[in-house]
Amino acid sequence: MDEDTRQSSPIIRIENVTKSFNGQTVLSGITLEIREGETVVILGASGSGKTVLMNLLVGLLEPDSGRIMIDGQDVTAFTRDSQWDEVRLKIGFLFQGSALYDSMTIGENISFAIRHHLNLTEEQIRDVVRQKLSMVELEGAEDKMPSELSGGMQKRAALARAIALEPQIVVYDEPTTGLDPIRAKTISELIVRLQHELKITSIVVTHDLICASHVADRLALLHEGKFLFVGTMEELRRSDNEYVREFLDSSSLRH
Amino acid sequence: MEIVARTLGSYLISYANSAGRMFLFWVDIMRKCVTPRFYLAETVRQVYTIGVMSLLLTSTVALSVGLVMAMQTIGTLQAFGAVNYVSVGVGLAVVKELGPVLTGLMVAGRAGSGISAELGSMKVTRQIDALTVSAVNPIRYLVVTRVVACMIAVPLLTIIADVLGVFGGFIIGVTQGDISPYLYTSFTLKYITLSDVIPGLLKTIIFGMLVGTVASYYGFETTGGTEGVGNSTKSSVVTASLLIMISDVILTRILLWIFGS
Repeated sequence: MDEDTRQSSPIIRIENVTKSFNGQTVLSGITLEIREGETVVILGASGSGKTVLMNLLVGLLEPDSGRIMIDGQDVTAFTRDSQWDEVRLKIGFLFQGSALYDSMTIGENISFAIRHHLNLTEEQIRDVVRQKLSMVELEGAEDKMPSELSGGMQKRAALARAIALEPQIVVYDEPTTGLDPIRAKTISELIVRLQHELKITSIVVTHDLICASHVADRLALLHEGKFLFVGTMEELRRSDNEYVREFLDSSSLRH
Repeated sequence: MEIVARTLGSYLISYANSAGRMFLFWVDIMRKCVTPRFYLAETVRQVYTIGVMSLLLTSTVALSVGLVMAMQTIGTLQAFGAVNYVSVGVGLAVVKELGPVLTGLMVAGRAGSGISAELGSMKVTRQIDALTVSAVNPIRYLVVTRVVACMIAVPLLTIIADVLGVFGGFIIGVTQGDISPYLYTSFTLKYITLSDVIPGLLKTIIFGMLVGTVASYYGFETTGGTEGVGNSTKSSVVTASLLIMISDVILTRILLWIFGS
């Protein structure tokens, strides 16, 4: 994290957010600030509520209580879809399973939101699609169907779609899950490169500590509905919290 | 006894809950049908898809029904010396009732299940969430387009079904009943008027709305992977077929009041 990032104001502020499903508490009063331009990794074991938190950030779920501020707006006070849509245009979302529209080509997947929200000519749209595909090193894949691509290529295509509208914030939900170590490393490098090139704020949800150590400015460890730790990778390694130690030891990243 | 009552009770609560949610889903669709933003190109594409998907089935069923009805009635009518009226009997039954209802049921089975499976798999692979986070309303883009497309496609398919059903009667009337083609046609045109055809077509607009709404609802409610998609498809066909039959009784009564018998 550079000096500018450290001093910049929070673009996302999560305050005392709780969320339960059928009486089972998933998030119990979590608080976190994410500053403009930084990459925060949300760590946690499977089922710790990481994806729930991400879904809260884009309005796919509503919190039971608490407040979420995004770019100065209290999104928990929104009452209309149109209010959410304004915020969603600032956020790109990379889904765990890519979630590419399987009836469309890769080019159509990327241009879909552009056609919907921007008034560009066909030539301009083609240029944007080409540019985004080149950013994720997937040149020439415009006319391919998602099913023709490998898992790693699908992830990259989905990432090109996530950045199609040049969002301020990109949310990565388990970006390396299901990929072999080499493909996972490529995705991690891509996250870092995009963050530098586009100056975006990134939130990466993962339980992959190798990916986390690669991309994170700060990390937040979610356990039993609360953030057990928030800090840098170095601070995480030095932590003497028992669960943190166990979490790190299990991936042999402590030493 | 208590166990039976409890099981029955929990089923009733679950059905009532589902019916209530479906009703709210329908209200949302109707509201979005009349307020922008509209996806005209996608709606036209869906009319084409639903129409093409169902055309062979609805046409075959309609032609068979026309043929079979004429075969079944022609003997009796010949005995009474009223063989020419086979055209009226078959024609009225087809345009007033069988054409619309059978087309509705076939579309529920063919296109309705297709819609439910498509939206269901989009739901479980999070493609619907992907639309939402791209600030594209999935109800407007995926559901309204399909419901409106069904409301257009089912009447169009019914017109084709009506013609083929009448043609089925014509084939049997001419070949087995020795009615001259001219006489069969003139009897049909004389006794079957627009006031017989239009109520049937009006019903199919409602059938289309029911098929589109029910299929989309079950698609959007899908949970639990590929097995969930299968369950949604099954529920969609069963519910849409039931609703078509129930609404047919109500709509027929209302249309008889308006258009007379």
